Amino acid sequence: MEHVPISHVLIVTSAMFFIGAYGFLTRRNLVTMLIGVELMLNAANINFVIFDRYLYPDQLSGHFFAIFIIAIAAAEAAVAIAIFINLYRNIRSIDVEEVDKMKY
Amino acid sequence: MATSAIIFYIIAGVMIIFSLLAVTSRRILRAAVYLLFALAGTAALYFMLDYHFLAAVQLIVYAGGIVVLIIFSILLTTHINEKLEKPAPGKVFITSVLTLGGFVVTVYTLSQHNFIVSDTPQAEATVNHIGEKLLSVGEGGYVLPFEVISILLLAAMVGAIVIAKRKTSGS
Repeated sequence: MEHVPISHVLIVTSAMFFIGAYGFLTRRNLVTMLIGVELMLNAANINFVIFDRYLYPDQLSGHFFAIFIIAIAAAEAAVAIAIFINLYRNIRSIDVEEVDKMKY
Repeated sequence: MATSAIIFYIIAGVMIIFSLLAVTSRRILRAAVYLLFALAGTAALYFMLDYHFLAAVQLIVYAGGIVVLIIFSILLTTHINEKLEKPAPGKVFITSVLTLGGFVVTVYTLSQHNFIVSDTPQAEATVNHIGEKLLSVGEGGYVLPFEVISILLLAAMVGAIVIAKRKTSGS
């Protein structure tokens, strides 16, 4: 990896982040919006690891924060999907246009 | 060009192409599978950086756990042959301009900034070392975030069960 300049890796992760943002803004199905959010989280995670590896390779801080972010992303996905399933059970739809009340 | 650089550019291409497919595919199950490939590409990148434990965690939690959860929720909420409707052209245009603008600004800022790449040898990221650091209370230890994350996971687990539970008629 020492032959790849750090800016190239950062360009790839920013492309991934903005692709995720594009998906989050254009999609109308809640599950596909969640896919966009996961892409954005993942791109941020790669940035942590890349900064750790290239700029401060003796400390491993970015590595540990990447592990914590992965755990938080898993918790977030589990709660989000529980909400989607409950919504589908109540209004038979997971389209954002129809989810305008969070009550039964 | 060195072999590792060539492998990196292949992985980067795979990650970007599959990310694009994941946000534009009109079949929702395919979008989830494209997301799986993008996340697996990330794990390959971590393997290239010699962070083997992190790559394994990425494969297990992201590619194994989150994608399976997403696929389950798709199967529970969407008909499998159904195609998603196309987003409105005006919305696609505005969003593309916004995100491309953000990307260009980010890349411009990156090109202006001079990163000082460190030459110090890489700290060893063995499982032994990671485990000691995670539970260390001394300097450079991560026991506080570790405990906070475990409480967060417990709360998320209880919350997910309570939200997704079917209402019983008595209560």
